[in-house]
Amino acid sequence: MAILEIKNVGKRFGGLQALGDVNLSVAENTVHAIIGPNGAGKSTLLNCLVGKLIPDTGSVTFQGQSLLGRKPHEINQMGVSRVFQTPEIFADLTVMENIMIPCFAHRDGSFKMNAFAAVRGQGDIKDQAEAILDDVNMLEKRDMHAASLSRGDKRRLEMAMCLVQEPKLLLLDEPTAGMARADTNNTIDLLKEIKEKRDITMAIIEHDMHVVFSMAERITVLAQGTPLVEDTPDNIKGHPKVREAYLGEAQV
Amino acid sequence: MFGLTAKNTRLLFLVIFLVAFAPFLMNPFPADSAMAQFNAGYPDLMQRFVIFGIFAIGFNILFGLTGYLSFGHAAFLGVGSYAGVWMFKLLGMNVIPAIAASVLVAGLLSVVIGYICLRRSGIYFSILTLAFAQMMFALAASVLTPITGGETGLTLSLSDPRILGAAAVDGNIPVPSFFGLEMRSTYELAVGGWSFSFNTGYYFCAIIMVLAFYASIRIFQSPFGLMLRAIKTNQTRLNYTGLNSRPYTLAAFVISGMYAGLAGGLMVAMDPLAGAERMFWTASGEVVIMTILGGAGTMIGPVLGAGAIKYMENIVSKINKAVLEQWFAFMPDGMEKAFVTVFDMFTGKGWHLTLGVVFMLVIIFLPGGLVEGGQRIKGLFSRKKAQDTPSDAAKTPAE
Amino acid sequence: MEAIVLQLLSGLDGGSAYALIALGLTLIFGTLGVVNFAHGALFMIGSFCTVVLQRILSSSYTIIDESQKDFLGNPLKVQVPYMQDWFGEAASASIIDWSVPLAIIFAIPVMLVIGIVMERGLIKHFYKRPHADQILVTFGLAIVLQEIIKYFFGANPIPAPAPDAFKGSFDFGQLLGFEANRIIYPYWRLVYFGFAALIITGVFAFLQFTTFGMVVRAGMADRETVGLLGIDIDKRFTMMFGLAAVVAGLAGVMYTPINSPNYHMGMDFLVISFVVVVVGGMGSLPGAVLAGFVLGILQSFASMREVIEFLPGINQVVIYLAAIVILLTRPRGLLGKRGVMED
Repeated sequence: MAILEIKNVGKRFGGLQALGDVNLSVAENTVHAIIGPNGAGKSTLLNCLVGKLIPDTGSVTFQGQSLLGRKPHEINQMGVSRVFQTPEIFADLTVMENIMIPCFAHRDGSFKMNAFAAVRGQGDIKDQAEAILDDVNMLEKRDMHAASLSRGDKRRLEMAMCLVQEPKLLLLDEPTAGMARADTNNTIDLLKEIKEKRDITMAIIEHDMHVVFSMAERITVLAQGTPLVEDTPDNIKGHPKVREAYLGEAQV
Repeated sequence: MFGLTAKNTRLLFLVIFLVAFAPFLMNPFPADSAMAQFNAGYPDLMQRFVIFGIFAIGFNILFGLTGYLSFGHAAFLGVGSYAGVWMFKLLGMNVIPAIAASVLVAGLLSVVIGYICLRRSGIYFSILTLAFAQMMFALAASVLTPITGGETGLTLSLSDPRILGAAAVDGNIPVPSFFGLEMRSTYELAVGGWSFSFNTGYYFCAIIMVLAFYASIRIFQSPFGLMLRAIKTNQTRLNYTGLNSRPYTLAAFVISGMYAGLAGGLMVAMDPLAGAERMFWTASGEVVIMTILGGAGTMIGPVLGAGAIKYMENIVSKINKAVLEQWFAFMPDGMEKAFVTVFDMFTGKGWHLTLGVVFMLVIIFLPGGLVEGGQRIKGLFSRKKAQDTPSDAAKTPAE
Repeated sequence: MEAIVLQLLSGLDGGSAYALIALGLTLIFGTLGVVNFAHGALFMIGSFCTVVLQRILSSSYTIIDESQKDFLGNPLKVQVPYMQDWFGEAASASIIDWSVPLAIIFAIPVMLVIGIVMERGLIKHFYKRPHADQILVTFGLAIVLQEIIKYFFGANPIPAPAPDAFKGSFDFGQLLGFEANRIIYPYWRLVYFGFAALIITGVFAFLQFTTFGMVVRAGMADRETVGLLGIDIDKRFTMMFGLAAVVAGLAGVMYTPINSPNYHMGMDFLVISFVVVVVGGMGSLPGAVLAGFVLGILQSFASMREVIEFLPGINQVVIYLAAIVILLTRPRGLLGKRGVMED
């Protein structure tokens, strides 16, 4: 069953057709990768899913509900979380505070005027936050400033912040961009572990074929704003159209 | 205690101590000594300390927590003042309805202005708030004269109705009071060469400031406060975490607008007249300076900043050329002249120059304000004491 | 019809000043990315350049003239400007008379130095700090500059009249075929408008046709890329700050006959100039100029008696109202580029 359904989505920026006519469906509990050369429209597509951009044409439905016209925070509350290319965390706050914010968002919704209760007094939130920090092996760093974390830890923290909201769909925007091989492998392991532990669907936008082929169950190849092929990793590997699209890029 | 952490309770008690004993602390020098000009224990000056303290505490809830720099907060203070005077005119001289009306009117206005201005952030937000405040200033000084008294200001008159109180007392306009307790009444205590004034109005304001400070601590340590700090550090992440930043910033804006209204109301409760110049954008700039000088985003910073600025304004501006000449009289003639000339630039009428220079130095070298300065000094000492254990003071966030 | 022409004209000189200040603000924001709250102070310092030059030119020594007696019969003390000794009476009188335009020559190097010192000494250190810090430190600087001027020149406005040749008014109505004396316009305001037009054209030509300007324009579009090309963009940006200071200063120099220099005029103009920049579009030079004139004219129309009777107080608030409407409906301003501080 498809958890995310993208139908005939198109987006223009002035004279540039960033997305042509994208049809894509992501099945529940799968890892679906969207790959493509630079400028293929991957990021534009992602931004159309999370409410940052509104497509000119077409429809995007998540669990049967339309996502179009909704704000990012509304889409998040529906169960869609996003991991950014460079980890977006609350750099000035401590690790614990970082993780408590999504806990509050999960419990209280998008706004609650909770101005006279003390953060310390929220036992359930604290337990939940500590549990997830323990899960990603960051409990001993709970009082550190997020800004002083290593890049790998920032990535883990961001993932933990997303997971604590128990999203049904996790969107990952080049989660290993700019990472060394060892870090990349760690991230792959982390993602695999996450996938094993819970019912979650992942849509990954990725450049690095190593990441894609070690995780993805379905792959969609995007080129010049339209999907070229969609298939299993094994079939994608030797596909002539894919080679064509990547000509001049890193060899598949 | 009171639902606060031990550290914040200490902070609260520190503030209570400071304001309760201000009449002594501010008058450390005997009344007839040469140093008496550094005394600041006059009722009206002490009132201003705490009233501007409230204004800055409120401003800090917006700027310190969310990072939204408003350049128009004086508008709320001004509107609060007008509302307070009108209550005196219509209802009577009890300060409670006046202050309640000030807070309410400023709150309503900040809902409207905040709703519009918060659709933008960064410098655009600053300019929008500035534009609104200037607009209100211009209107108050001109077309709205029937309501605001125009450039001369809004004052009480004998012909005011005052339906709940006496319209006149002994043929004079009655004075503001708290259920009969007159705000201006002062008890003078003379001990040896010292004299101390205990003013009802001051203590009234001081109690309200302590309450306002307590409320601000509660907000700082609440989930709401955490969300506001999150907005300052990364609004994108906040939105993608399923939180709607707009109502949070609007709530912070309205709360700080109400604090400004409260300050305006207390101002007229101490001295029942209101003028448009209170809304001029330099007045908004002043509260920005206070908050930053003390330490934006810290709890006690704004209180310290407001005190420091108001002290400077009153004391530095009193040091005129004659005083300087007296100070430097021991020097050789030419040297004395040079010193007097240089210092004269910064004192007396030139105190704004001192203000500007201090403010610039703080922004450049001490962005965390006086609180950061205090922490650095503390860090310096504790490092000397225990050289091998690395100090945590530099790492922990300013509180 | 006459009224409309008259308002259009009287909007032009106010608009010229707004446009010039906004142009400098935009140059600084566009190239350096700095929001300069001290720009109004530069305008004010420009005005005081005129005052300083006027004082230098008319500096004099005292002689005792035995041929003239005061009412007590003592010889009269007479102030003789040094200029008179050097150039003779007639020439020195006309030099002093022309001190406002002469101040242009005096103000250019002064403002250039002030601008460069400001950038190297202070602004440079704030490129990487948040916009709020930039606003705050330049706000502090504005207070300091204004207070220094106040200390040396006092709190009262100092008149600096236009040369005699430009006193009086020009009968515009007659030129356009209206009755005489219906649409008159002071000569100096005409001069100011022409001067502003000249400066604006000059700045645009400079940016358009010189290599320096080309690099700066490229830097405005994408600072990092230009830096990667190995062009020393920082030095050019310093010069740009100097240029912006000169533009603001000259706007102030020529404005003195319209508005006698006083220490707080910078702040007065600054608030409006920011509004102008925002309406025109942050970082858009043509936008700043256009918005300057549009708002100047708008304000002048709002001051018409018929309009004020209909909407009391509108003349006081029309500029701010325009800014609020623009910011809410078209946040990037009239001619602003997409994506420049749009949120």
